[in-house]
Amino acid sequence: MSNQPTTSGQPKRKVKNFALLSNWAGAVFLTPAGLLVAVFVIVPFFWVIFVSFTNRTLLGSTALNPQFVGLANYLALFDPANFFQRGQFGFSLILTTQFVLASALVGQALLGLLLAWLVQTVPPWVKRITETFVIAAWILPEVVIGFAWFAFLDRDQGTLNALLGSVGLPPGDFLLQQPFWVIVVFNTWRGAAFSMMLFSSAFSSIPPSYFQAADVAGASSWQKFRDIGLPLIRGHIVTDLILITMWTFNTFTPFLLTNGGPSYRTELVSIYNYRVAFNDFQFGKGAAVGVIMMLINLAFALVYLSIGRKKTR
Amino acid sequence: MASVQFSNVTKTFGEFAAVSDVSFSIGDGEFVCLLGPSGCGKTTSLRMIAGLDTPSSGQVLIGGEDVTHFHPKDRQISMVFQDYALYPHMNLADNIAYPLKVRGKSVSERHGRAREVADVLKIGHLLDRLPSQISGGQQQRTSLARALVYPSQVYLFDEPLSNLDAKLRLEARGFLNHLQRDMGMTAVYVTHDQAEAMALATRIAVMDQGRIVQYASPIEIYRRPATTFVANFVGNPPMNLVAVDAVQGDGQLQLRADGVTLAGLAMSSGIGTALGAGKTLTLGIRPEHLGIAEPGAANTISGKLFANENMGPESLVTIERADGSRVTARIFTDDHIAIDEAVTLGFASGHVHLFDGAGARIAAEGETAL
Repeated sequence: MSNQPTTSGQPKRKVKNFALLSNWAGAVFLTPAGLLVAVFVIVPFFWVIFVSFTNRTLLGSTALNPQFVGLANYLALFDPANFFQRGQFGFSLILTTQFVLASALVGQALLGLLLAWLVQTVPPWVKRITETFVIAAWILPEVVIGFAWFAFLDRDQGTLNALLGSVGLPPGDFLLQQPFWVIVVFNTWRGAAFSMMLFSSAFSSIPPSYFQAADVAGASSWQKFRDIGLPLIRGHIVTDLILITMWTFNTFTPFLLTNGGPSYRTELVSIYNYRVAFNDFQFGKGAAVGVIMMLINLAFALVYLSIGRKKTR
Repeated sequence: MASVQFSNVTKTFGEFAAVSDVSFSIGDGEFVCLLGPSGCGKTTSLRMIAGLDTPSSGQVLIGGEDVTHFHPKDRQISMVFQDYALYPHMNLADNIAYPLKVRGKSVSERHGRAREVADVLKIGHLLDRLPSQISGGQQQRTSLARALVYPSQVYLFDEPLSNLDAKLRLEARGFLNHLQRDMGMTAVYVTHDQAEAMALATRIAVMDQGRIVQYASPIEIYRRPATTFVANFVGNPPMNLVAVDAVQGDGQLQLRADGVTLAGLAMSSGIGTALGAGKTLTLGIRPEHLGIAEPGAANTISGKLFANENMGPESLVTIERADGSRVTARIFTDDHIAIDEAVTLGFASGHVHLFDGAGARIAAEGETAL
């Protein structure tokens, strides 16, 4: 990220551009991709904004003849009377904030940082095995992961209860009793790999002599981490935190474990959005939720881009 | 300050033996240079003294104590790294005082001591700068200051001057020499620059392929190189090595080679019986002991001029012999010699070194008088 060349601010050089294709051929090759992006990304983007100002539904008269309702959908979402009630937008927004704080910032980033630091000093084969397992958790398809966790946590036949029983602990129905913490642990487990890989490569880019000099000077492992490792990867940490915040904010995978329940206790904004739009079929209101999520993402993206730009300068 | 001892130290990386069965000792207050080409095991040896590498077998002793398996921080050592290893996010004061910080000293004590050391090294006015804001020579002094800021038994240097340009390197070399004499520190200094080793060391350990080839004072290494490897490594330009045949003639052993006359070099009986006729030996003559001579005179090497490089006070005259090998002489003259002109170089018989077929030095009678 920091070493990507930027064209801004550099003098324009008169170097012949050795392109593989002529401009015309390039345009021909770009057209199919451009069309797909236009149809599936750009048009829906504006369509959602448009729909969010209507009362469009799946069935009934408003399905065929939606009416322009102005900001009614937005006002309904932010209605102070029931904003914080379970199953309402405010509730799921706060839940998502807690989820991001617990599973992304504390869980993924902290666990990833810890793992990344620990694998710096272990023998190479331990490092490879650890990385393999952590990455496996990251690259497996969501549906597979969701089903595996469902099987793991099942009350009657689940692996976790079998393990607890073998050491004499009482079984639990975790998906019912602690649904929030289940999805927090799940998302931490799922996403720690990214933070670990990013921090691990950041640590590896620090010249080994920095740590050797600290060794000779008498520093402990904690002092090396606090005084040298951490300050030198500060930029990577900021990048990581912003990226995983965005991803966790948008994640839909916990739906596979809990369906957003029980009684809306794990209904993150993405799941809330899905329920409003595709269970209740209130397209207008669902579109309004989507627009708000886009704005929040846009804010994160702007912060991320501005920091990235600062680093390349 | 303390002594350092290596006993039968071997370090292997997989199949490769970086250091094999090395034993030597460094006295209290000695400045020892480990000298050799890349991959000779000199840096690995230094890292084993520091505790950054652990020997595969053998022992490392510091001050008589077996520290083979000690962590670096328990060895009371200081080290200066080739890339200086300055922390880019700390200013010079914090960099220099970092060893004191990890020892739990107060901020005022740290900064006071950093200023003392920095003043000695003439970087006291830069203490609030970052490493990226100072020159290479100043960075080198900063890393030296960090090594000197706390008391150590042994000071280790891993090619500390190799990242400096030629002029700064000479300056830093003189400064290190002065510092060592001033402090009387025990130091181990790794370098591939023979001039640096000659200038700084009280003793030089010349290393090749994981072994110590010769361990002696600089003057001894210069005057009596133990092998052709040492002869070729020390000296600038290196010693000329000429293959000669030992033949029986006139009732005694004589050395012969095309274009070489060796009149004054009557072989002593000791050498003659040790070698016998029919063997190939190596004759070594340092460039500074060669001069322009009359053709046909005693003790000469002749050939055609290959290059004549004017170095200011002297010229490096290189001739190519009939077999294609080259001989270089350092000559204090500005006479013009044309390329391909026949040149005869002469030498005194007392300045000749002899090595056997395996490259080991043959001690001549009266060699001590060299």
